[in-house]
Amino acid sequence: MNTYPWAAGYIDDGDRPKIVTSRFHLEDSYTLERYHATGGYAGLRAALGRTPAQVHDEVRGATVLGRGGAGFPAGVKWGLMPAEKYPRYLVVNGDESEPGTYKDRLLMERDPHQLIEGSLIAAYAAGLAQVFLYIRGEMPLAHERVATALNEAYAAGYIGRNILGSSFSVDIVLHWGAGAYVVGEETALIESLEGKRGEPRLKPPYFPAAIGLYGQPTIVNNVETLSNLPWLLTNGAQAFTAIGTETSPGTRMVAVSGHVKRPGVYEIVNGTTTFRDLLYGDEFSQGIRDDNELKAFVPGGGSAPWFTPDQLDLPFEGKLVGAAGSMLGSGAIMVMDETTDIPKAALTLTHFYAAESCGQCTPCREGGTWLERVLQRIVDGRGTHADLDQLMEIGESICPGDFPHAASERLGLAATPFPYKMTTICFVGPSAYAPVHSALTLFRDEFEARIPASATRARKQIPVTAVGAH
Amino acid sequence: MSRLNEANIILAKEIIGRYPKARSATIPLLHLSQQQNGYVTNAAIAHVAELVGATSAEVLGTATFYEMFKFEPVGKYLVNICGTMSCQLLGADELMHHAEERLGVKAGGTTADGMFTLEHAECQAACTEAPNMQVNYRHCHRMTTNAFDQLIEDLAAGRLDGEIPPHGTLARVRQQIPADKAAGVASLASPAAPAWFPAPEAKP
Ligand SMILES: Cc1cc2nc3c(=O)[nH]c(=O)nc-3n(C[C@H](O)[C@H](O)[C@H](O)COP(=O)(O)O)c2cc1C
Ligand code: SF4
Ligand code: FES
Repeated sequence: MNTYPWAAGYIDDGDRPKIVTSRFHLEDSYTLERYHATGGYAGLRAALGRTPAQVHDEVRGATVLGRGGAGFPAGVKWGLMPAEKYPRYLVVNGDESEPGTYKDRLLMERDPHQLIEGSLIAAYAAGLAQVFLYIRGEMPLAHERVATALNEAYAAGYIGRNILGSSFSVDIVLHWGAGAYVVGEETALIESLEGKRGEPRLKPPYFPAAIGLYGQPTIVNNVETLSNLPWLLTNGAQAFTAIGTETSPGTRMVAVSGHVKRPGVYEIVNGTTTFRDLLYGDEFSQGIRDDNELKAFVPGGGSAPWFTPDQLDLPFEGKLVGAAGSMLGSGAIMVMDETTDIPKAALTLTHFYAAESCGQCTPCREGGTWLERVLQRIVDGRGTHADLDQLMEIGESICPGDFPHAASERLGLAATPFPYKMTTICFVGPSAYAPVHSALTLFRDEFEARIPASATRARKQIPVTAVGAH
Repeated sequence: MSRLNEANIILAKEIIGRYPKARSATIPLLHLSQQQNGYVTNAAIAHVAELVGATSAEVLGTATFYEMFKFEPVGKYLVNICGTMSCQLLGADELMHHAEERLGVKAGGTTADGMFTLEHAECQAACTEAPNMQVNYRHCHRMTTNAFDQLIEDLAAGRLDGEIPPHGTLARVRQQIPADKAAGVASLASPAAPAWFPAPEAKP
């Protein structure tokens, strides 16, 4: 097993292929000198030796699924821009703030040139005339590393006018955020980059590929997504798809946190590694702390419906996880052992999304706040049985119809697959509900145990019809 | 004086010049003003508005959306304790409780000597290193109460001055785009396809 003081959290164990973390073991991996010495900018050279359309085809052929949350293939996304509208922009999403997610910060701090090279390859292939690299405000070390790398790359002729003597010219502008979770959503990211409040836009019509930054076609890609491109262009789509499965090729970075023996960030083989491997495997998190029982885990960032031990044998694969009632999101697994106070854990996440609501949509603004208040009441031992139904009713106003959840053998429950319907502009509203719905569906007994007997009686004594009678 | 100073005006103009529309520089310039003054003053808002061609109300509207901008003085060190799930599962509440006692202020408060402001924070992208916190956004992993006390002592004694600049300073390295290397902004006024990007070949 190897860990590195300069890459806290990253664990390099076992013999797995590495695409995006191949330099993390080198202390000076962020310097241009080291990047050169380890094959850096070969992908860009390979790209410039071909036409943009050929490079685009290579990326499309490799099915590089987006690593920011939605899992949409990058090559397909680039093809959605209207043919004759210019200029087009690339916005690199380095806003990483989904609860449990820890990988983009490492990629920016440890291998900024890889991200820069990936961004250049995307700009070349898709005809994007300017790149904005939006880094979360609370990551000054990532800023410093990326700023230094950009300065080095300009000096070396990799960025700017006539890159490596070709007709390819593009600037990469480092931009920084100022603390607002919702800005990670791509249309909010664009609003923020225009100098405004980070409020998501309605889709349709504001699909960024068609109407994005300044109303122009814009590609928003995640840091990890773009960091795959140098390797892909150097080694080819065939080598890329030889790793992982047909629907989920390549690798993924996954952070396993919470009640495990060895929390860590791992680069895993996409599509085949199971949750059991990740939570219990020797190469990964090596089991639950103190050898406790596993109670539940969040498989894909705070927004994802929860899984229980019943789902451990599922592979980390988007379609299968979707059918099982959740999503892979941003590659973040949060583990809860038997000692976990489930209503409290749900409250922590619901509080997050309620607090981060931008306030545009009533169901999110009001619903999130109410979910949090009612949940708080229950956690404090002041809830009633009616409160449990009320939580579900509030949820129904945000996400009408069946909400996805996992199967449970203990409860004799079949899964409801992803996705859900929603009444809000973006996923923050539904995300406030997801933990409540999961916790209540899978662990209703723990909520009931929190309700004082007196509350039940008091509520029963008041006829519901009498309330509005006066 | 809390408008941007001469050196920062030069920097501000350089930053504005990197965007197709000046208003995109709003957040970077607000950071610049916060770096200069420790927080965002009314005069700075007006000045940023002038520079990016927006109204003060527009800039204030933007500024108040983002948690990192402070509109009153805060301590030299902003101590942010993560309370989101992974940290919460591994003792964030206890850490916060200890921090409140050690600093003698509640979350949201500033110590009387103006050294520390304590805040609840949300996920800091270090979830495997829980419980996590930041001081002026520099990460402190796997915190214990002892480590917290030591950290506060070191900060108060100035032993970490080299590593952790005062509140307001984010990155200590800035991007520089040399004029002779710049490709130039992709202006909305030039709606042609980029030179390297041939129109897709017509299908025969
Ligand atoms: C509320 C919300 C927050 C998001 N936060 C992030 C984020 O921090 N980083 C990110 O890359 N994508 C985030 N996304 C996903 C982006 O909207 C977008 O899908 C992604 O950046 C596209 O890049 P990809 O196709 O390379 O994955 C978020 C989405 C939502 C709805
Ligand atoms: S769902 Fe919530 S965060 Fe998203 S746009 Fe609506 S109010 Fe804003
Ligand atoms: S939950 Fe604390 S750093 Fe992510």
